[in-house]
Order: sequence, then structure tokens, then C-alpha cells
Amino acid sequence: MTPVLRARALGKMYKQRWALTGCTLDIPAGHVTGLVGPNGAGKSTLLNLAAGMLTPTSGTIEVCGGRPGSGPAQLAKVGFVAQDTPTYPGLTVADHLQLGARLNPGWDDALARHRIKRLALDPARPAGKLSGGQRAQLALTLGIAKRPELLMLDEPVAALDPLARREFLQDLMDAVAEYGLSVVLSSHLIADLERVCDHLIVLVGSKVQVAGEVEDLLAVHHRLSGPRRDLSTLPANQHVISASHTDRQTTLLVRTDDPILDPAWSVGRLSLEDLVLAYLSRPAEPGHDHRPAREVVR
Amino acid sequence: MIEFHLDDRSGVSPYLQLVQQVRRALRLGLLREGDRLPTVRDVVAQVTINPNTVLKAYRELEHAGLVTARPGAGTFVTATLADATLTAAYGPLRQDLRRWLAKARLAGLADEDIEALFMTTFQSATQEDIA
Amino acid sequence: MIWLTWRQFRTQAATVAAALVVVAAILAITGPRLAVLSSAGANPFLTRVSAADSVLYYGSTALVHLLPAAIGVFWGAPLVTRELELGTHRLVWNQSITRTRWLATKLGIAGLAAMAASGLLSLAVTWWAGPIDAAAGASGGESFPALISPLIFGARGIVPIGYAAFAFILGVTIGLLARRTVAAMAITLAVFAAVQFAVPFAVRSHIIPAAEQTVTIGRTNVQSFRANNSGQPQELTVAGPPGAWVLSNETIDSTGHAVAVLPAWTADCMPPPPGQARSRPNAPAAQACFAKFADLGYRQRVTYQPADRFWVLQGVETTLFLALSALLARLCFWWTRHRLT
Repeated sequence: MTPVLRARALGKMYKQRWALTGCTLDIPAGHVTGLVGPNGAGKSTLLNLAAGMLTPTSGTIEVCGGRPGSGPAQLAKVGFVAQDTPTYPGLTVADHLQLGARLNPGWDDALARHRIKRLALDPARPAGKLSGGQRAQLALTLGIAKRPELLMLDEPVAALDPLARREFLQDLMDAVAEYGLSVVLSSHLIADLERVCDHLIVLVGSKVQVAGEVEDLLAVHHRLSGPRRDLSTLPANQHVISASHTDRQTTLLVRTDDPILDPAWSVGRLSLEDLVLAYLSRPAEPGHDHRPAREVVR
Repeated sequence: MIEFHLDDRSGVSPYLQLVQQVRRALRLGLLREGDRLPTVRDVVAQVTINPNTVLKAYRELEHAGLVTARPGAGTFVTATLADATLTAAYGPLRQDLRRWLAKARLAGLADEDIEALFMTTFQSATQEDIA
Repeated sequence: MIWLTWRQFRTQAATVAAALVVVAAILAITGPRLAVLSSAGANPFLTRVSAADSVLYYGSTALVHLLPAAIGVFWGAPLVTRELELGTHRLVWNQSITRTRWLATKLGIAGLAAMAASGLLSLAVTWWAGPIDAAAGASGGESFPALISPLIFGARGIVPIGYAAFAFILGVTIGLLARRTVAAMAITLAVFAAVQFAVPFAVRSHIIPAAEQTVTIGRTNVQSFRANNSGQPQELTVAGPPGAWVLSNETIDSTGHAVAVLPAWTADCMPPPPGQARSRPNAPAAQACFAKFADLGYRQRVTYQPADRFWVLQGVETTLFLALSALLARLCFWWTRHRLT
């Protein structure tokens, strides 16, 4: 499948500090991709680069086959709901739909009106008087009714209460089911994304730590627990992501494409959250820890 | 019609949970041949899940020969797992298990001990089979 | 985009439009009265202008000066900064429209409105004050300032259009750089005011080299004396040509050098202080005094911009401000494309 987003050695520097470095990625089309990482890891930077809000300092990025923000046709292909879902406080809900209709050639007015009706948003209400959840839904409506190939959302649910969060994601998934658009959404909480993502990118310290399809990632990561042992005795094809020891027991989180044969281990399944947390708390790899971005993020 | 639910804490991936729920329903006779599975959008709305995950689960069920997708109409159950011979075996096995449980309790094992013993034995037996 | 720009801009536009209508109505009601008064051939027309009309004359002139500043502060500065502060630029830039077109539409609509508002107000005031301005030019600027003098020049004709365009784009530019509405408003006001004060003397007076004339100092043409605290005269001025903008007015001695301080004997030329007229019958002394000016070769040198250069200067200055506005607009486009996030 052709990637909907392709980054090669992408980097962005703000005033002497790298917000993103050496980012090489392919996000396949037709997926819901979760972009996970702690605050300041570079998630927003990556999304803003992809939306053309920022220009890269180094490397290249291609979205839906074009350079981000390069023209009206490119902008029409990509929807972006920025962090905190900005809306015009003085304009009404109906005004926002009008705005979308006037500024987007592919605008689906029936879809927008239907959504607003279903969400029970009063069209005459100014956006400044909506709740956070309603504003997010309005911004999402603008993003979906634009009918983009790729919809990106930067921390869309961070400011929402659990119920609004669930409704927002439900609506997003409904749009994915109906229109088959590709979605990239970021969050610093994996729990928000666990159910809805089938592709995952973990970004820590301005670098991509792991990326891939959720099923594949879950299939190659295992939790091993057994009698205490030295890590150097492990087979070469098992990469330790995290390890903890007590005086009798060793618990490992390993990545391997091959089955675990050693009968001394009891092998456990990982939840996506365990997997992500292991990567988030992983100490810097030797040889990689001298990059300037590391200190900044930590 | 089957109603799906997801357990975030189980460690089982959402798509596998869906597959398992259909299989269990088939096994217990809750789903019978000719029944229609909920549409992808229904499942998405029900459990807030990625539609691709639902599609994947349905594809897997189709691959296993349990369901068939009819374009425009939906996905229908075409086989059952409630095998008569298997169900016949349930009774005696359950009785054996009951007897074993009573023995374990008599030996002074608490519920948690019984569960741990069963799970470790089950796991090591499964692993020996794989190896 | 035109729709959105208008939707965001309409309240501000309506406020200014309403104010203009009120001003225009007042001027329309009072204007004909002035015209009748002047065409009636009332000899010293200017002395018969009522106090109320005087207030209107200076008030409307001030208004034409203030409108561009208000446009810069209330239309220009918030135009982009409000979007940046609310984060709404991130909403609108992710519709299918480039930043360039977004800015071009905003600048186009609000900029043209600014020029139109200022132009219309200037037109109304120029029409209303026409009789007074004409008479003031003929009379030599005693009771009302000449049309070409700095106070009036900037509030008549077409320059207010240039000022409005400049003030508006100045506000936008400062807003883009400062990214804070309130700060941008304050800086815009300060910079625009500085430009308005500097331009007449630093630029306008040099656009065309000033005319110069040297006249003998006589009783009829001396306009004023300036004396120090002890009543000793320091310098004097003579009347310039009618309707001219006098730039310098200095006394020169027989060698052609400017006199810094008038000699002590010139005290005799000074008119008596008010209230003491009778105690000092000094008419003969004054005559002798003025004669002494001629005898010793003192003359008065006046540099000025003549009244008939009014429209040339208006044209040049308007072009200048429009060119400056275009430059700032280019900076805005560049900054929006490359520096704004």
C-alpha cells in the first residue's frame, strides 16, 4: 500500500533545539495511526510538519504524495485539527459550516449538517459558548466534512472528560468506517488510543522509538518471567526492551520474531499499554544518548 | 444478535477478543447458522473501535469458514461450533472436574490456589504441546 | 474567503461607517450655510465665521487626522494578531486555502475599506471647509491657517487615503511581528504618530525646493516680535506670501548673515504692550526705528512653499505613502509564508 505520509530523516529545530530528529517513517493509507509519546516528545511538531504549518529544518516529508501546504489542492487532501481544537469564538456553529463550505472545494454539506444535528449542537450558538467537547466535535466536523484523504488530530481528546472522549472517538471511528479516510491522532495517553488504533508510532525524546501495526507489535513482544538470570545468556534474536530483577526472579520484556523456546520462562501476553510504557521508560540506548534533543525532553 | 464488549485489561488484542466472542457464542449456541453479525459501523458505535479491527476479525472468521460476507446484506453465520459430539462430552468432563475440585478443597487449597495450579498446569501442558 | 473576512470585519466596519454617516450628516447640514455666507460677498468673511463653525472646522480637521491612526490601531493591528492569539489561524490555514490568499483577501478588503473611509471623510471635510480654506489663502493666514500649512494639508484632498493605507498596513505588520494585539496597537499608534509629526518637516518641505524671498522690514509687513522676559526683542517675523506655508522667517544683516538676536534699539519698533498704549506715544519713534532697519541694511528672508503647490505635494505624498504601504504589504506576505506558525 502507498504510504499516506512518508518522512525521510525529517528534523525540525527551534532556536537551537531539535524538536524532532532523524524521523524516517511510512504511515500506510487506510489506517488509524496512533502517535504516542510524552509531552514535548515531538508529536505536535511532526503533525504540524505534515500539515504544512511548519517547514522542516532537515530531511523531507511527503503527505498524500505532495509537499505539505504546497497549494490549495494539497491542502484539500489533508485535514488537520490542531491542538485545543481552535474555533472562532464569535462565529456561530452555522458560520463555521459556512466557512468550511466556502473554503473547501470538496465540502460535504449534507454530512456536516447531519453531524451537527446528531450532536444536537445549536447552529445559532457562538462557538465561544460551546463546551470543550462540543468545540472538539465542531472542529472534527469541519475536518471530516472537508473530505480529506488524511485527517490528522493533535491531542484531540486531551481536554475532554471521559464521556466526551468516548463520544469523540466513536464519531471519529464512524467516519473512518463510512469514508475510509486515513487518520493520524496523537496522545500522550495510550489508553485513549488503544481501541481505535491499528497502527502505532511511539515518539520519545524527539525520536521514533517504535512504529508498526499494532497486531504485529503485540505479536513480537513478550513478557518473560522466570528464575533470575543474566541477560547476556539470552539468544541473540531476543532484544530486551525492559528488564527487572528480584533476588530470585527476572522479568523481561523482549522483542523477537521467533518463538520463545526456553522452558524456564513463563511467557505472558502484553497489552498495548504495557508495550508502550516499556518503550517510554526505556533508558537511552548506548551511543544514542549524546544527541542534544535528549536532554531537552527529559 | 451478538453484542460485543471489549476488556481493555485482558491483554488480548481487540480483534482477537471479537473473534473469541463470536466463537464462544457459536460454541454455546447463542449464534446459529443464518444469523447476521452486526455491521462494522454498529460494532464501531457499540465499542468505539477501529473499523479495520472489526473487518479483520470478520475476515478471520470468514477464513475459518464460520461466516460469509454477502455484499450489501451483511455478514452471516454459516457454520456452528456447537458440535453435538463435543457437547455430549461436556457432561462427563464437567463431572470429572467437579470431582477434582472437591478433592483439591479437601486437600486444603483455597480458590486462588486452585486457580494458580490449574493455570500453570494448563500453560505448561500447552507449551509442551507446542514444543 | 471574502465571506469569512467580511464576517470577521463587519462589526468594525459598521462602527466606522456609522461614525462617518453622523459626521457627514453634520457637515451636510452646516455646510450650505457657510457657502452662502462666503458667496454673499460679506467683506471680511472670515471674521464672520461663527464660533460653532470654528469648532466644526478644527474638529473635522482633527477627525481627518485621527481616522487613519484609529484605522491602524483598531483595524490593522488586530487583523492577524487576533487570529494568532486565539489560534484560529490554525483552523483557517487547514482549509483548502493558501496563506497567501488568506492574507491577500484580508488585506484587500480591510485595506480598501480603510482607504475608502478616509477618502470619503476627507472629501466631506474638504468640501465643507472649502469656503474657509479659499478665504484663508487669500487673506494671508491671519485668522485661519493656510491650506498648505501642516495642520490643514494632511486633512484635505487625497493624502488621507495614503495615510489610511499606510496606518492600516503598519498595524498589520507590527501585529505580525509582535503577535500580541494590545502591544501591537500601542506600538502602531506610537509609530504612526511619529511618522505623522516627522513627515511634514522632514519630507514634505523638501519634496520641492522651498521658494525664497527677501523683503525690507517695514511697519506694514511685520507680523510679530518675540521678546524676552525683560521686554527686549529677540527676533521678528514678517508676513509671507498669501496662503503660503512659511518654513523659515529670519532677519539678515547687510552682509546677508542671519541675525541671532535683534539689536537693542529695535525695542522702539515694537508695538506697545496692551493697556499701555496711551502712556507711550511712540509712533514717531517706531517710524525712525523701522527706517533704521532699512538704513543699516537689515532685511527679512522668508523661505516657503507657495499655495499653488498644494496639489503637487498632495500627489507626491500620497504616492509616497502608497508605495511605503506596498513595501510593508510585501513584508507581511513574506513573513506570513515563511515565519508564521
